Amino acid sequence: MNIYVYILVMAVVTYLIRMLPLTLIRGKIKNRFLMSFLYYVPYACLMAMTFPAVFHSTASIIASVAGVIVAIVLALIGKGLITVAVAASATVFVLSLLPLPI
Amino acid sequence: MKEKKYDTKKEFRSGLKDGIPIALGYFAVSFSLGISMVAAGISSVDGAVMSLTNLTSAGEFAGVRIIAVGGTLAEMALTQLIINLRYSLMSLILSQKLDESVTFWKKLLIAFGNTDEIFAVAMNHQKSLTLPYMLGLQSLPIVGWTLGTFLGAIATGLMPTSVSIAMNVMLYGMFIAIVVPAAKKSRPVLIVACLAILFSCLFYYIPFLHQISEGITIIICTVLAAVIGAIVFPIKDKKENNKEDI
Repeated sequence: MNIYVYILVMAVVTYLIRMLPLTLIRGKIKNRFLMSFLYYVPYACLMAMTFPAVFHSTASIIASVAGVIVAIVLALIGKGLITVAVAASATVFVLSLLPLPI
Repeated sequence: MKEKKYDTKKEFRSGLKDGIPIALGYFAVSFSLGISMVAAGISSVDGAVMSLTNLTSAGEFAGVRIIAVGGTLAEMALTQLIINLRYSLMSLILSQKLDESVTFWKKLLIAFGNTDEIFAVAMNHQKSLTLPYMLGLQSLPIVGWTLGTFLGAIATGLMPTSVSIAMNVMLYGMFIAIVVPAAKKSRPVLIVACLAILFSCLFYYIPFLHQISEGITIIICTVLAAVIGAIVFPIKDKKENNKEDI
């Protein structure tokens, strides 16, 4: 399939999600279940995409696990998005220079 | 509409300035997105078009993986819907803060660039949000995101594999950096995040569940974890008030 068909579908769906609530909904959403669901979705989604895929995204599981641990620790002590992302990546790079068993 | 209550140039410039740090961050992250696109067989130009038209890290990231395995369009649409559903919430909250001068057509423009970070900065802005401010705020991040994707894809061929593989992890690092602070503050978020990880691992490591495509897996895990969260830990009224009665 042509890649631009995929890109079009992605772009249209994503734009509608952003545009419809901004233009159509005037009042307040009162449904507590819906509000709670929407509140949790981003966190659930990001974690479902990250784990366990991140462990298999590099040549070595050990390097990946180390990168994840570095990311979690830095995020816990309040470092910003980019610092965390770069540090995780650097950890994986340094470890990938070593002869790791797995 | 009578005379404008704000200085268009000043508003635009103030938005541009607020967008600089976002643009720099986007550049770094989309650079790694560009690398993963090449790994999935997507060209630098196609990747740049995707970034320019979508402006969503998680959504594009999932989209790339669906394209890589030749998933169906329905799967693509549904995956984008679930992954990007959070933007509807942000747009909803954002709509409460828009200046009264922002009419329907202007909203159509503002909606395009409502990303997580732009939303966060806009909500921190001290005044009501005007069209020039929002366009200023969005323009540099859009450039940074698109350019980063393009250059990342081009650079892949020029750098050693070990570097591009390591940069692949950046996006995951960013996802972790988004979730961890929220999970630290809120136990329900922590539990929902852990549930999502647990479900996702089950789908990955249990052979017959592993047959299910990646996009569908992400949807199932996300919806399951978020529904459990919404049933067991409905957000409190107090929190709703803080969020301007959404």
